[in-house]
Amino acid sequence: MANLKTVSKKSKAQSMGMHTEVLTGRTQQKFFNPDEAENFYYFGTYDVDFNKRTDLDVKDMTAPEANKEIDNLMSQGYGTIVIKNPQGKHSLGVGILNKLNLIFEGSLGYFGMGSCDGPIVRINGRVGWSCAENLMAGKVVIEKNAGSCFGAAIRGGDLICKGSVGARTGIDMKGGTIIIGGDAGAFTGFMMQRGRIIILGDVGINLGDSMYDGTIFVGGEIGSYGSDAVDAELTKSDQDWLKRKLKVAEIGENFDVSKMKKIVAGKKLWNYDNLEPTEKKGAI
Amino acid sequence: MCGIAGLIHRGKSSNVGSELQGMLQALKHRGEDSTGYALYGDTDGKNFIMRFKVGENVGEGSSSVMEDVSVYDERKKIVDETLAEMGAKIVKEERTLPYSLRYEIDYNVKDLLEFSQRIESIPGVEILSMGKSLEVIKDLGNAKMVCDRYSLDKVVGTHAIGHARMATESGVDIKSAHPFWGYPFSDVSVVHNGQLTNYWNNRRVLENKGMRFMSECDSELIAVYLAEKMRDGATLEEGMKASLTGLDGVFTYFVATKDSLGMAKDTMAAKPLVLYESDDLVAMGSEEIAIRSVLPQEIDTYDPFDGEVKVWQI
Repeated sequence: MANLKTVSKKSKAQSMGMHTEVLTGRTQQKFFNPDEAENFYYFGTYDVDFNKRTDLDVKDMTAPEANKEIDNLMSQGYGTIVIKNPQGKHSLGVGILNKLNLIFEGSLGYFGMGSCDGPIVRINGRVGWSCAENLMAGKVVIEKNAGSCFGAAIRGGDLICKGSVGARTGIDMKGGTIIIGGDAGAFTGFMMQRGRIIILGDVGINLGDSMYDGTIFVGGEIGSYGSDAVDAELTKSDQDWLKRKLKVAEIGENFDVSKMKKIVAGKKLWNYDNLEPTEKKGAI
Repeated sequence: MCGIAGLIHRGKSSNVGSELQGMLQALKHRGEDSTGYALYGDTDGKNFIMRFKVGENVGEGSSSVMEDVSVYDERKKIVDETLAEMGAKIVKEERTLPYSLRYEIDYNVKDLLEFSQRIESIPGVEILSMGKSLEVIKDLGNAKMVCDRYSLDKVVGTHAIGHARMATESGVDIKSAHPFWGYPFSDVSVVHNGQLTNYWNNRRVLENKGMRFMSECDSELIAVYLAEKMRDGATLEEGMKASLTGLDGVFTYFVATKDSLGMAKDTMAAKPLVLYESDDLVAMGSEEIAIRSVLPQEIDTYDPFDGEVKVWQI
């Protein structure tokens, strides 16, 4: 190995066997060339017609069976699928990377609508823990309450709960918007990195604990602030955005957004370094 | 990861044995090392019902040591003699399994401390529950296996709590299985999902105050902690609220008495709980599918918030 104290940073990394490619993701490079519109769709997705509608009763199906049948219906061009009798089953509607209108006539268990990119979903019931985890794009509307870890690590899209949600809503979120019509539990926005959370009701203790970035808007009382979560000025631009967002979300349209509190990262915990730990060792 | 479930019918009785079996079986993926039921059945309230064991289940992945059945017989004989010495008359006796017994006892003493200490001073004997309504039944295997083994599906009563256990902190055996009896209080039982990190500190303090632990399962601490609070005059709800700060770790637990059912959730809300509440029924469990086993129709449920304590009466 070369003398790492005397070579450039790039050479150090190469000597240690590390790649130097730009980390934009191979999948994006391959399938998301903006010059080729058709490549905006994932491989294996279907051209569906929103006016082509069908019902699917999942009462006697397991979650994998139900999810496979949703995929099968999309392959037949159905663009609107109504799921009957979900009965709190876990992991329904996961991994849908297709445009689709999906309606659940009932409640979902844990991990519903996880890792989706694109569908418009309405759940006429409640959802359990970790609903819409890793959502990339699309819209998920829950008519009743939601469990903890609602919208964990979402990257984009709109996630709307018209009722109340449990603890750790928006934990580790990296984009998108989460809108809560009721109250939210402890550690809301825990370690969030980007995106926005709107809570019209009260929120529990440790709001925005260790948040890196992003914005949280609260309409009710705050149990307590988490580490490095601070108040910020609610601007006219914020208020306009909130009004638009609440209207589109069909929630709190007449809510007085001017009285909402805005919480952001104090950035006192920021201690970033552009070297990975292994690189640091090599550079010393 | 364990699963807990509970329900209380308000103003009526129901087939709680079968209902709880359905709820716990729906949660079996959360753990099936052992399953336990605390059933509050309809009784005339005259006699105590004592569920106790004289040995362990040594099959089904048990961590217990094999013993000869004759040892169980000998222990049972000593229990019978001790009861007679204390003036307790056995009205009815059932021996479901060689190691598991159910006695109906005519015994007119309010303080069960001395009674329990005498019985449990017999090596290998543990009282699983003592009360005029409560019966704790716990054994290795999933909910259906335990229900079938003890014929619990026909038990009629007002409320019940149960536990599907994935053993993590202690052995796969009946003594570490939930529910735990709130020794020495009649008709008090507890189930817990989570992990208590100040178990040993609390245990040392409580043992110095004369409280008894039968296992090394951290969940037993909740039953003992609440029993000690009530011994000092606190109500059940007051004891539960104190536990939010007195117990450290992550937990959701249920506690039941002869006429009430309560739940408490830690201040970080780290453990799941879904709750359904109506005028005549409260049903709750670690996952909604547990509630769906008794209420398949569309219902409104919610997650209690962090630090929440609730108690319902029958």
